[in-house]
Amino acid sequence: MNFFSGIFKVQQPAQRAFGWADAAVIAIVVVLLYVGVRLAFDTPAAIEGPSISLKPEVLPYYAIRSVGRMAAAYALSLVFALVYGRVAAYHRRAEQIMMPLLDVLQSVPILSFLPVVLLSLSAVLPQSIAAELASIVLIFTSQAWNLVFVWYQSLTTIPNELNEASAIFRFNTWMRFRTVELPFAAIGLIWNSMMSWAGGWFFLMAAEIFTVGERDFRLLGLGAYLHHAADQSDYGAIAWGIGALVLVIVLLDQLVWRPLLAWSDRFSLEMVENDNPPTSWFYDLLQRAHVARWLDRRVRQPLLEAIDALLVRPGGAQSVPLERRASRPWLTYLLILPVGAGIIYGLEQAGEMLVHVPAAQWSAIATGVGATLLRVLTALLVALGWTIPVGVLIGTNPAIAAILQPLVQIAASVPATALFPVLLLVLLQVPGGLNIAAVVLMLMGTQWYLLFNVIAGAAAIPEDLRFTSTLLHLSRWERWRTLILPALFPYIITGAITASGGAWNASIVAEYFQLGGESHQVTGVGALIASATAEGDFRLLLAATLSMILTVVLINRLFWRRLYRRAEEQFRME
Amino acid sequence: MAHLLELKGITQKYGRGDRRFTAVDNVSLAIDEGEFVALLGPSGCGKSTLLRIITGLNQPVEGQVLYRGQPLRGVNPHATIVFQTFALFPWLTVQQNVEVALKARGVPPNLRTVRAIDLLDMVGLDGFETAFPRELSGGMRQKVGFARAMAVEPELLCLDEAFSALDVLSAESLRGELLELWQSGSIPTKAILMVTHNIEEAVFMADRVIVMDKQPGRVIADQKIDLPHPRQRKSPRFLEVLDRVYATLAGQTQPEYVEMGTAPGEAGVTRALPDVSIGELSGLLEFLNDMPANRTDVYRLEQELNLSTDDVLELTEAAELLGFATIAKGDIMLTPLGETFAEASILARKEIFASRIRRLPLFKWLLAMLKAADKGRLDRDVIRLALELEFLPEDAARQVEIAIQWGRYAELLAYDDNTETLYQETGTAVAA
Repeated sequence: MNFFSGIFKVQQPAQRAFGWADAAVIAIVVVLLYVGVRLAFDTPAAIEGPSISLKPEVLPYYAIRSVGRMAAAYALSLVFALVYGRVAAYHRRAEQIMMPLLDVLQSVPILSFLPVVLLSLSAVLPQSIAAELASIVLIFTSQAWNLVFVWYQSLTTIPNELNEASAIFRFNTWMRFRTVELPFAAIGLIWNSMMSWAGGWFFLMAAEIFTVGERDFRLLGLGAYLHHAADQSDYGAIAWGIGALVLVIVLLDQLVWRPLLAWSDRFSLEMVENDNPPTSWFYDLLQRAHVARWLDRRVRQPLLEAIDALLVRPGGAQSVPLERRASRPWLTYLLILPVGAGIIYGLEQAGEMLVHVPAAQWSAIATGVGATLLRVLTALLVALGWTIPVGVLIGTNPAIAAILQPLVQIAASVPATALFPVLLLVLLQVPGGLNIAAVVLMLMGTQWYLLFNVIAGAAAIPEDLRFTSTLLHLSRWERWRTLILPALFPYIITGAITASGGAWNASIVAEYFQLGGESHQVTGVGALIASATAEGDFRLLLAATLSMILTVVLINRLFWRRLYRRAEEQFRME
Repeated sequence: MAHLLELKGITQKYGRGDRRFTAVDNVSLAIDEGEFVALLGPSGCGKSTLLRIITGLNQPVEGQVLYRGQPLRGVNPHATIVFQTFALFPWLTVQQNVEVALKARGVPPNLRTVRAIDLLDMVGLDGFETAFPRELSGGMRQKVGFARAMAVEPELLCLDEAFSALDVLSAESLRGELLELWQSGSIPTKAILMVTHNIEEAVFMADRVIVMDKQPGRVIADQKIDLPHPRQRKSPRFLEVLDRVYATLAGQTQPEYVEMGTAPGEAGVTRALPDVSIGELSGLLEFLNDMPANRTDVYRLEQELNLSTDDVLELTEAAELLGFATIAKGDIMLTPLGETFAEASILARKEIFASRIRRLPLFKWLLAMLKAADKGRLDRDVIRLALELEFLPEDAARQVEIAIQWGRYAELLAYDDNTETLYQETGTAVAA
């Protein structure tokens, strides 16, 4: 079960109580939101979207636009992760602020930022650039955090002997990066890049189809194509669009990720050969191709050699300190003072704005949060209901896994947000369809995390325990109660944390949407945020976005964290 | 002329404030060109720490390292280490692993390749250039480690337990090959410093053995080994030297108050419980009980009981601390109490053991704490944190484990793994 064990290598960050760092981070988030909302006051009241063609021949171009956005955001995420993770890993003082910051950032529902980011960017930038940039920022915020975590975690777990060897052989920073750090982190980085891309599609589609009221923020791309097709009820175009999207995802998987995985097997730290290493037909093809070998010998190797020659200077090699540096305190204080002053000023201004939110709106927000919470819970329960039996079936049964695994992987990477407009066409005919549609979107976006976790958990149940339960003639129910459910518990919790985060996120696009020129909404905090954007009610926008973020962070801290800790302590089979 | 390497009053400490531990205490020594020195001692005596200070990987808190008379700053460019765990980069081929050391020094590609291949030939790895470390056996991996170390032509070659992760035969052949290279002068190395806990290995290879002991890590002996090479392990003279070195290490009996130490939190050093299981200890006492006159040479235990030097030292220390055996001049002899224990029934053994460990200050303290605690229960972490005042965190955790193991056996205390609490054994133990 290489695929699954690879994904779940990243642990939850170290468990902390709700501390001053969290408060600081939330303050920063509040101030950022406030600044965004302030800027949003200047947004034009109507924004015209691009004209979207439904001809199939535009699809390659649209696909390239979509992939281009993803690639730009991913490149940004990777660079950000490499720098941020390295600084956090090697500077103890910076680490104390940077890791809690990351921890809160990743539990913030990113989509709730979308309206604020879009509005504030369109206030200061030309419309076409603003929407592009907003989509990239949005995708970035969905891709970066797990990359930072895995890189940071790799850097802090490099075996001491390799650190010492690189010091005794006088590697400089570049040599160390290229020979030790990057190879050691390679597998984790690649797996998490795959996850990041899968998550990124979801947000890309959401950003591409975002329209509220007179403000049309759509972007030329596959998501907008699908949205427009659903708008026009053009079923032929819908089929073309979905086909193109699936094709792009499959191609990326086969031509980029699989080969990378097959290649990265060499970076496995295991000192024994992997029994079934990841394989890729495309990688094998490249290995055999003369062109590829020629390129490797004539271009890649000389290039690397030239870079090395440039960056590794004889005699210039300095020893790498093994002890992590404590940076100069005065520098930190010098930075903290103005930033702190800015934050306090921003907080005060934000408070001012919030005070003017009428009580009726606050109660609407409270109702909305409650309604969205109910939807999130429903989606979670439905997801648990089907993923546990199916996950156990796949996880304990290699034959079934061999058939279902590739299908599940493809299904999981098709972003729910792309299919949503299509789904709506159907569900709008059903009574209560809006509510069902909202729950279904949440479900589609989040059930895969649970499924993958359950599969990983089921596959990790030791065979001898399974045999023992058979030998003891445990009844089916007894077996589930004494073995399977306890063994799955930590995995289910891990999956549920991610899934519920995803469900909250989805509420923004699930609870309010425009289709065929009409806007539909249900009661919920997501709908409040979206309609506040439409109506230009920026106080409400700030209040609702903040309420949602606070709710999610609090639920994470007070509920999921405790469960997670319990699960780790009592049920981990290691 | 200045010594090749000189240490002046090296002291290394870890931790901060109250929780400060001396890993190496005031060590001074010198190594000259042409010497093959073994740094020998039980685990935890600071020999590896000392090696890291000598090579400049770590800085001491006090004292000075002089290399050819010059104070050392940063990593010593003339020294290299062959690591116990090989420290090869798993993602590089054998040849790349050797080349990378040259690359870091800015050696151009063609020269690099030629030298790497030469060195791999020298250690007998020709044909394996493109293999990855995981495809090789432990012995072959360590050969790569040696080739990589030789590649930078070190003046001072340091071996950090370089043979201890290998199987017996590979270790033996690699030792022989190193000695041959060293004695034939075919490598530019000026001196070898070998850190090891294996006394026989030290006596077999080195010209000089520096013996260290723990708590705190310090040098307790510095002896020349003037046996001619090749040395015969079974020869009477070899065994005599072996016995002598063992005598310096085992049975470093000090006055009773030093040996027993003080309770945690009190002034003075708390004696760590030796890291042995009851089964091993009983096995040792039974073995001695079967020997003529209940005595034997300490060095023989290693072969007879199939133990590592470390295990032998920990076991003999435990036996002596509990009064089951005495050690003198490299011989270990059962005391009447030890003899009684070896011949006693299971229950009687428990009683004897309990009466002996009650005397240890650490146990006295622990039992008193339990008695004073609410409902006679104490959190495992409370004890661990209290012990961290005396020991390094990982050692403190280990000490708690040993105390639980011993205490359970002696039925002095019980432990609940679910709640991680220790509690007083009430005598009416409920069968779990």
